[in-house]
Amino acid sequence: MLKWIDERLGAAHWARKGLKKVFPDHWSFLLGEIALFSFIILLLTGTYLTLFYRPDAAPVIYDGPYQPLHGREMSAAYESVLRLSYEVRAGLVMRQIHHWAALVFVASIVAHMVRVFFTGAFRKPREINWMVGVTLLVLAIGMGFTGYSLPDDLLSGTGLRIAYSAVISIPFVGPYLGFLVFGGEFPTEGIISRLFVLHVMLLPAIIIGLIVAHLAVLWRQKHTQFAGKGRAESNVVGKAFWPQQFFKSFGLMLLTGAALALLGGLVQINAVWSYGPFDASAVSAPSQPDWYVGWLEGAIRLFPAFEPTILGVTIPSMLIPAVVIPGIGFTVMALWPFIEQRVTKDRDAHHILDRPRDRPARSAIGMGGILYVTLLTIAGGNDVLALTFNVPIEAMVWFLRIGLFVIPVIGGFITYRLCTEMQESGAQPARRRRGVRLRRNAEGGFEEVSRD
Amino acid sequence: MTHAGRSWMFAGATALALTLQFSGGSSAQESNPLEVSKTATMTQVDAPVDGQRLFEASCSTCHGVDGQGTENGPSLEGVGEASADFQLRTGRMPLSNSTDQAVRKDPAFGDEHIQALVDYVGTFGDGPPIPEVDLESASLVSGQVLFIENCAACHGATGAGGAVGNEALAPGLSTASEVEIAEAMIVGPGQMPPFDFTEAQRNDLVNFIIYLRDEPRPGGADIGGIGPVPEGFVAWLVGLGSLIVICVFIGSHRKADDDGQDAA
Repeated sequence: MLKWIDERLGAAHWARKGLKKVFPDHWSFLLGEIALFSFIILLLTGTYLTLFYRPDAAPVIYDGPYQPLHGREMSAAYESVLRLSYEVRAGLVMRQIHHWAALVFVASIVAHMVRVFFTGAFRKPREINWMVGVTLLVLAIGMGFTGYSLPDDLLSGTGLRIAYSAVISIPFVGPYLGFLVFGGEFPTEGIISRLFVLHVMLLPAIIIGLIVAHLAVLWRQKHTQFAGKGRAESNVVGKAFWPQQFFKSFGLMLLTGAALALLGGLVQINAVWSYGPFDASAVSAPSQPDWYVGWLEGAIRLFPAFEPTILGVTIPSMLIPAVVIPGIGFTVMALWPFIEQRVTKDRDAHHILDRPRDRPARSAIGMGGILYVTLLTIAGGNDVLALTFNVPIEAMVWFLRIGLFVIPVIGGFITYRLCTEMQESGAQPARRRRGVRLRRNAEGGFEEVSRD
Repeated sequence: MTHAGRSWMFAGATALALTLQFSGGSSAQESNPLEVSKTATMTQVDAPVDGQRLFEASCSTCHGVDGQGTENGPSLEGVGEASADFQLRTGRMPLSNSTDQAVRKDPAFGDEHIQALVDYVGTFGDGPPIPEVDLESASLVSGQVLFIENCAACHGATGAGGAVGNEALAPGLSTASEVEIAEAMIVGPGQMPPFDFTEAQRNDLVNFIIYLRDEPRPGGADIGGIGPVPEGFVAWLVGLGSLIVICVFIGSHRKADDDGQDAA
């Protein structure tokens, strides 16, 4: 059978080479795999949800088992999500696994990206894959947002309303763009089915294509590795794909599925029934997006109500936090390999990874960026945190407004100093044995024993 | 006389001492100022509680001797029994610091004393009486609609509470009694505006809020029931966190590095 295939496709050579592919051994190289496996779980559970979801804004009367909404008029979309949650067998657990998988998917992409950034794995020749990765992050956030909007409950409608305001805030073309995207003035009938097409067809197709490209480029360029015994720019030291790495990855896939299934089965997520159908005149507080859009929500919450009119054109206050800041952020992120090349004048190919401490400037900038996004995300949940920690929300807003400019700089500076100190202190300060050895003497006192 | 910040308890204790003096100190109690109301209850076993005297002792510092209000507290003219009952039963009043937001705590007075104070405050003017709540024919569906339209903007769709700005917090609704919920709608305590609901609407709302507490949670642990913020924390800490632990475990067989193979 295999011979039959080989004779026709000449696949044996290719497959043999592929099976011997070497994977360096470090736990942080597995973060990207978590993203891949979460995505597989998303595809599987998403397919199940698609069987029952109706992307339709047409009004229907609810007559399902959730008592408080009995007899209410709502969109067919929302009704189908309620039916999925309360009536379809395994519908709720599938929905919950899907939602948890989405949150973990984006989280693992971010963790993977942080690893790649701090170890300099984006350097030549891997700039293309870095940009593919940034694109995947943006698309994953897009997937998340469209999915968040599909249930057509009060919370998701509130999110859409914000997105609509962001689109129409763009000078000159914004209102036209808003009409084009939403098919009219918000709230529109057509938006649900448009988001549905994006969420189940267009975006997943592009994401699958880019994941394939991401892996193909990785396969072609081979893995990066940390410096170590027997490792050089010209080799890759690690395990063969078959059998060692295959079983590691397969095990990780099963465990990813298990972790997500446990979350989906035990922890409630997005209880759409408690929000009720979308109603443009109502809003619930707290209203938050899922975590990966939290920074955007935070930017909008922190930005002052400032709408200058320049040359007769009013600049809406949504424009800067919702369009300009993310635009600049993702552009800088995507072009980072080239920016760094330009500054360091280092245009050589690198296959050995940097230790973060050996590139203190990059590490400091990375830490500043992480702190910036974290503070924005905190701002996105400021009302929840104000309630939880019993602090006035106004004080929090001002703390964050100022902190946004101060804390990343301080954090970057501390990171820089830590990096340089770690460089000076020796090879593995993190693994150094800590503390002193004490001996109790005959009098009951203690004395320090020198370490040998 | 007394300024904001001075504890109501001192006022209460002073008044109690006076009361004991005048009544000849019928029974000498262990006078712990923290147990003012309890002691007061015991000293006046057979005599009906005098609302006016209690008011003067415990409320007049801020609200004035005749409830006309002072610079430390608002006038109580026309607030009605509903307001007094709500504030006292939820322990919001007496307030130890008049600049703080009044929050729920254990009531400072026993039932009898609250009743006496409520009756006395009721004589200050023509305010709303304590409402009656009848959930017999209340509608859950109408309650949900009214709740989302009027209450969810501050108290949240699940009644978990929220921050409303102006240094105020909208409390969670899981502990208030049926009557207290109805009173709050009529009175509008603190930052909350009063709502002009019909009696039927009020009953529907109370019904829905009570329902929210025991609502079945088919999805499992509700982690606060306030949506994406706790969900994000769980996704990172529990979801990705556990998977990273697994990764460290999978990727940590350092011994094997020696038999690694070279490629390229």
